[in-house]
Formats: sequence, C-alpha cells, structure tokens
Amino acid sequence: MARESNFRNMFLCLLVICFGGSALLGGVYLITYQPILAAQAARVNQALGGVLPQFDNMPAEEAYQVEVNGKKMTVYPGTLNRELTGVAVEATTNKGFGGQIIVMVGFLPDGTINNTAVISHTETPGLGDKIDPRKSDFSLQFNQKNPESFRLAVKKDGGQVDAITAATISSRAFCDVVDLAYQAFRQSIQKEGGIQ
Amino acid sequence: MSRLQTLVNGIIKGNPTFVLVLGMCPTLGTTTSAINGMSMGLATTFVLMLSNLVISLVAGLVPSKVRIPAFVVIIAVFVTVVQLIMQAYVPALYQTLGLFIPLIVVNCIVLGRAEAFASKNKPFDSFLDGLGSGLGFTLSLTVLGTIRELLGSGSFFGLKIIPGDAILIFILAPGAFIALGYLMVLFNKLKKA
Amino acid sequence: MEYVIIVISAVFVNNIVLNQFLGICPFLGVSNRISTAMGMAAAVVFVMTLSTLFTYLVQYYILNPLNIAFMQTVTFILVIAALVQMVEIILKKISPALYQALGIFLPLITTNCAVLGVAILVVTKEFSFGGTPHMLDLPQSLVYTASMALGFGLALIIFAGMREQMDLVGIPKPFRGVPISLITAGILSLAFMGFSGIV
Repeated sequence: MARESNFRNMFLCLLVICFGGSALLGGVYLITYQPILAAQAARVNQALGGVLPQFDNMPAEEAYQVEVNGKKMTVYPGTLNRELTGVAVEATTNKGFGGQIIVMVGFLPDGTINNTAVISHTETPGLGDKIDPRKSDFSLQFNQKNPESFRLAVKKDGGQVDAITAATISSRAFCDVVDLAYQAFRQSIQKEGGIQ
Repeated sequence: MSRLQTLVNGIIKGNPTFVLVLGMCPTLGTTTSAINGMSMGLATTFVLMLSNLVISLVAGLVPSKVRIPAFVVIIAVFVTVVQLIMQAYVPALYQTLGLFIPLIVVNCIVLGRAEAFASKNKPFDSFLDGLGSGLGFTLSLTVLGTIRELLGSGSFFGLKIIPGDAILIFILAPGAFIALGYLMVLFNKLKKA
Repeated sequence: MEYVIIVISAVFVNNIVLNQFLGICPFLGVSNRISTAMGMAAAVVFVMTLSTLFTYLVQYYILNPLNIAFMQTVTFILVIAALVQMVEIILKKISPALYQALGIFLPLITTNCAVLGVAILVVTKEFSFGGTPHMLDLPQSLVYTASMALGFGLALIIFAGMREQMDLVGIPKPFRGVPISLITAGILSLAFMGFSGIV
C-alpha cells in the first residue's frame, strides 16, 4: 500500500512531514510561550513569598547582582510602603554531595535570617535532600538566627548547626550557601547605604 | 481482534515492561515515587496515542524506504509538544522527570507500536492500541513506583504511612534494578501458576 | 585538572548505566559475551562522541541563534540517525575490517537512549567540576561524552563477565533471563555507589 520508493516520493514525503511537524510545533510553542515564562517567574516569586517578610513591591523586577568571591548572586529587595522590610539572596554552591545546590535565603534588614527555600539540588534522596524544608526540619534551625552571632558551620567543624544524620557534606554545603548569601546581603546593604 | 481486545492486549498480555521488556530506562529512572512513575507513564501514553493515530493516517502515503525516519520525526514532534505543555503547566514535574521526557523519542515501545501496529491498522484501532500499551506501561511504572516509594521512603503517593526511616536503598539506583528484578520474578511465577 | 575530574566523574561516579539509567536496553541485550560487549562498547564510544560533536554545533550555531531551542529533540534525533547511517556507509567503504567488527552494532545505536540523552545533557545542564557551575565548552563536552561512553563500556564489559559466569550455575526458573540480570545489575550499581562523593 505504500508509495513507490523513488527519489521524488521520498523527498516530498519527508519534506511534507518535516514542514507539517515544524508548523505544529511552532504553533504549540507560541501558545505555551507565555505560560512557560509565567511558570518560571512563579517559581521565583513563590520562593520569594516564602522567605521575605511582608512586601508590596515586585522584588523580581528590582533584582540586581552582587559578586562575592568571584561568584555572582542575585539579590531581591522587598519593601513595604517603600520601607525595606527584607532582602532575599539566591545563592549557589557546588559543595553539595551531588553537586550544585541553589538556595533562596531571606534576611531581615538587620541581617537576621527570616527563612530559606531550596530552589534546586541533586542531593541523595532520603539523606542529603533533607536540606529541603519539605523533607525535614533541618533548615528551620537557621530561622531567626543572625549570622553575626550564629556560627554558620556544623558542630563537627566548631559551628552551631546540628548536621543531618549521615549527611554531613550536604549540611556543610547548606551552611556554605547560607554564608555566601549572608556575604552578598552585607554587600548589598552597604551598597545601598543602609535603607533607602 | 475486537476493539476491546486491542485495548486490553497492551495492558496485560503484551505488557511493555514485564512481558516485552521494553522501555527499561524510564522504568528504572523515574520510579522513585508512585506519582513520578505514573506521570512518566501518562506522558508516554499521550505520545503513543497521538503518534499511533497520525502514523496510521499517513502510513499509506509514506514510501517504504523512508518509513522509519518519517515515523521518528512524527514521534519527536509529539514528544516536543509534551515537553512544551509540561514546562508551561506542570513545571515542577518537568524538573523531576527531566531528561526522560525528551527520551520518550527513543523509547522502544513508541517506535515498536508504530511499526508493529499503527502502520498496518486503521486510525481508530491504532489510537486504542496506543492507549492500551500506554496504560500498560503506566500501570507497571506506577506499581514499581509504589513499591519503591513504600520501601524507600515509607510513604504511599506522598503520604507518609510508615513512621521513621525506611530502607533508603530502594529509592536509589541499585534499588531500582533490584525491585524491578524481583517484580519480574513474581510476574513469571504468577504467569506459570 | 578539570579534565581529570570530568573523566572520573563521568566514568565512575555518575556512571551512565548504573547511576543515570541510560542505555539499559543494550546493557541487558548485548552483554552475554565479553567479546560482543567490547564491540558494542567501541561502537558506542565512537558514535556518541561524534554525535555530540554535531549536536553541540547544531545547538550553539543553529538552534540558539535562531531562537528555536524547543526544536532540540526533533533535530537531535534526526542528526543522530543520519550520522549513524553515514558512519555505516563510510565505514563499509573505507574500512571493511572495522565494519565487520562494529557494523552489526551500529543500527542498534540509533535507538540507544544514551546517545540522545548525553547529547541533550551536555547542552542543557550546568556542570561544576570543582569550579563554579558553567555550561561545558566544546572540548569539555567531547571529553565528558567520551568518558560517559567509556563508563557505558566499562559497565557493559564487567556485566558481560558476570553473565558468562552465570551460565555455569543453576538459576531457579522464574529468575532466569532478565530478572537475574536486573538483580545482578543492582548489586553492581551498589558497588559503584562506593565512588559517590569522591569528586
């Protein structure tokens, strides 16, 4: 039932299928383009909503970058009635057991950690992934602590953080990423000359 | 074969995972939890249904020498459609399943059904065959996901039912091989009985 | 130094078969004899490195400038399929001996999800081999891909060795064939977990 396999037929057939396929994909791409952007923005906004105290501005639109030890980090300021209520920092470390860990850390203007949210990680399920607040209470011990007086290191290394059992490397990486975020926060506060 | 048989065949007698041993990569790679396994299965089902339908529509017009490339393009198009839709509406799930979504293209089940069934049968039957095979695949992935989740993290569809730590190894890589191996042993044993 | 880390990470720590679950079908299918496993491994190293070279160029010089990165899956599978065909034809012409050795494995490779999987991985994922996370450049991509393929070969050859031994023992009936292979692969994967955390 198939057509004869001569050059013209084969060429035309593949050409038509490729054209049809591309046209369909182009259409679907146009339809899903906005929702995909919205979904990506929603992820950042959701994390921001979780780590910042009350704010009424659009932190994602006022974000800027600071550099700590050669690493670029994104800083999101949150304001309420034009008064700075908190700063969120998206920090990345590659000291995790499985590699990269990206965490959003929210600070109050005085440097106290308000809350943290894990954006992405590849830690071992059941062990290292307990850095995620949805999996265990590990990250909650950072809340309401000020890195000025709270030593951001696991107890084994002379710090004040209770490490996750059997996941010291992930716990260290989490301390590292929060510390990086804190340094970025200090820089951004200095740069803005305190509070606008 | 009646239409019902066409549909049911892929679920039990021609089960892609346990009987035909096809599509092992996503079966092992995405079943860390019941939900993940099921979602992967449903994404594959979607591609299978549509690619079977379209392939059976165009099969008569495609010269036999370029049959495989033509089918692969059609399948790849539908896989990309799934990718875009998932990115837009279930981004978290897309992140979890990651690489295995584009890899539906090279899932032997999809091209296998296209070659063995869709290129020789009517569009509606092919659609049903795709649905049946897809559901069979989804069923196996969900069963394997449920078992691994229950043993590995002590929960059932995300709901913690066994308190305390579970046998972690089952949600790690070795657990996938071992759990599927024993599940197949069980399947073989039951088939004999 | 970075290249050493890439190789160790790709071959042992993130072994493509035992850790990433790519290329399971040929892993279970062509691992009965060490000699066939070696042929398959060589063919995969060759095709995978070559196809990543092309897909990398396609991604960065065609898809990205035209802003049609969403066509990635479609174009990559076509590039790989065409490439495998071409390699087969060229090999037949210029080196019949090599064709004899690798020829029968070549058609199997198109549907080996490891090839497409790694091609997509190197252009979409950020890697951090001891430094800051970054996209791989071309030489790094090629080294990474070749190492991934070597990891596939290593797993395949070890596994074939195990299966040759298994022929000599009495295995209970329901375990024969795929189930015992999967369980053995599980134990092998357990052994490879010992490498995790070294880079």
